[in-house]
Amino acid sequence: MILLQVVVSGLLMGSVYALFSSGLTLVWGMMNVINFAHGDFVMLAMYVAFFAFTLAGLGPVAFVPLAAALLFVLGVAVYMLLIRHVMRGPMLAQILGTFGLALLLRYAAFWAFSANFVTLPDTLVGGTLVLGGLRLEAARLVGGLTALLLTIGMHLMLTRTSLGSRLLAVAEDRQAAMLMGIRPDRMQALAWGLAAASTGIAGALIALFFYVSPTVGENLALIAFVVVCLGGFGSVPGALLAGLAVGVIEALSAFWAGAVYKDVMVYALFLLVLWFRPQGLLGKA
Amino acid sequence: MVQTTRRRLASIGAAILASPAFVRGARAADAVRIGAIYPLSGATASAGTALRNALEVALDIVNNPHPDLAKLPLAAGSGLPGLGGSKVEIIFSDHQGNPATAQSQAVRLISQERVAALTGCYQSSATLTASAAAERYNIPFVAGEASAPSLTTRGYKWFFRTTPIGTHFGVAYADFLGLAKQNGIPVNTVAVVNENTEYGTSVSEAIIKAMQEKGLKISLHIPYSANSSDVSAQVLQLKDTKPDAVVFVSYTSDSILYMKTMHNLAYKPPVLIGDDSGFSDASFIEAVGDLAEGCINRSSWDIGKPGSVTSIVNEMFKKRAGHDMDDTSARGLQGFLVLCDAINRAGSTDKQKVQAALQATDLKADQLMIGYDGVKFGADGQNERAATLLVQLHDKNYITVWPEQAAAQPVKLPFQGWSN
Repeated sequence: MILLQVVVSGLLMGSVYALFSSGLTLVWGMMNVINFAHGDFVMLAMYVAFFAFTLAGLGPVAFVPLAAALLFVLGVAVYMLLIRHVMRGPMLAQILGTFGLALLLRYAAFWAFSANFVTLPDTLVGGTLVLGGLRLEAARLVGGLTALLLTIGMHLMLTRTSLGSRLLAVAEDRQAAMLMGIRPDRMQALAWGLAAASTGIAGALIALFFYVSPTVGENLALIAFVVVCLGGFGSVPGALLAGLAVGVIEALSAFWAGAVYKDVMVYALFLLVLWFRPQGLLGKA
Repeated sequence: MVQTTRRRLASIGAAILASPAFVRGARAADAVRIGAIYPLSGATASAGTALRNALEVALDIVNNPHPDLAKLPLAAGSGLPGLGGSKVEIIFSDHQGNPATAQSQAVRLISQERVAALTGCYQSSATLTASAAAERYNIPFVAGEASAPSLTTRGYKWFFRTTPIGTHFGVAYADFLGLAKQNGIPVNTVAVVNENTEYGTSVSEAIIKAMQEKGLKISLHIPYSANSSDVSAQVLQLKDTKPDAVVFVSYTSDSILYMKTMHNLAYKPPVLIGDDSGFSDASFIEAVGDLAEGCINRSSWDIGKPGSVTSIVNEMFKKRAGHDMDDTSARGLQGFLVLCDAINRAGSTDKQKVQAALQATDLKADQLMIGYDGVKFGADGQNERAATLLVQLHDKNYITVWPEQAAAQPVKLPFQGWSN
């Protein structure tokens, strides 16, 4: 029974990792840009949720869309003001550009929100469900289901809609897309907006059961990079699969071998997978 | 590459500064500069920021007249009378929770800022490296908070520590669990859960040793990394093993996660001990205080009755920080006051004289703002009069419950946790 609970807890945490990583993989898939500020986007979304609740008394039904909307605007702004320009520079400029943005956001958060840890009350999303002796935290369950929906939605949007085709066209060949009458700048700004909005949804949901602090993104971001790389850069379903896998591997190795070994296990398996499949689990070679 | 160059430059600079032509005591009117290295950003910034506020209170106490605090050395007058009324100045520096940064910041403060002494660094791991730099440059280092026993077993001559350490808490916790036994909570097995840097490792070792000496069985020992994003597996290990008592040696973010996860997985040990640090952080109490009702902690700090020295100091702190002073900040503040007192008695910022003055420190309990029996350093630099009390969380306040003669209310067991 305990072992089943370990696996279930691992799956729940894994779905959070997946949720958290979806925006990162989208930006990569669309633009081949690694957004090092991803974790700090999530952090901002968590603060949106926190302040929407404490200052305006808004519940998750209101603050999740609010965070998505605000982060959409932030994503577009970051693209227009920063990414568009550094994209013209060398690869290193892109990496350091988003890294600089990460530090800017993090230290602005220190300044604006203080270093204190804050949390939302546990009761916002119905506490804990007990199913046949298994304990499922409602907030994480909601987070996991949202991750699933978000993944499916994004996948359908990219593969089934003309908007998705246009986004992918720009990703594939900017010049050719321009010749087809697609405005690449507009498409890429949209991609950044959508990625940031999904990050906003993720952050607002994670705030329901996680502490909020200026450094919270730093802790989660490393896992997000592993998940995205393991799933295959740019593959949205891959991130979901990899997120769940990492969650379960972490939980089982921490339970059996001890908590200090879980990172060793995760990274060892990570390298092993990359050895056999350098493109990641679901990535295209 | 930049770092190496900078470090090399720093060491050349330090060599020049250390050459006889540059060595001089501060002139009477010069401010006495003290370096304070704390985690002002990074995952433990909430504790670091609180410590910064505490040291600024200490600075106010030393530099400005506070007749209502006259029991504390240097409080009544302004500045250091032993140095012609010189004011004290603190040069704060941020180590971000990183021991390597702590060390390079120590070198920078010594060689570039030319501080007379150093204090810090909250984390034992950072204190370890920063004090190693101070030892190399022969600069006095006073540690007010770092409690890993290993810090004072290095044979250092320039390292002084005012706080009680893991060996003290270990004995206190073990004695307390013996008492719990008498009070009808049979405690035979104990689980120790600790973060895996210097603090958690060294303190948990001391706790385990003390427990075993009292005949308690350690049924589970879980070291983990403090920046874990999930602790479910650890809580389920505890749930599976069912120890009679659990001791956590944790920082802030992880202690918050443990309480939330225990709540979600409905796990309550009969006795829960949280060793200071994370469990004392104001953020912890604010965030999950209502899930941790009845948690046992250690503390040397008690706000006391209105009008008392401790209560006045707490009000000064509250004005800056917006919340009551926690034990960690209070211990840091006391360490800084001890350092100022030594510099004052040395009558100079000459490092040998300050070292000698620290060695000669002899403060009594009523000259302190914290509940030690006094301050007197042993040959290893450890305060021999350091003492700790055990407190219990009640309605989001820690209240002294042990030893009995100091108890403000009787201890309530088992651990209550959350109410629903």
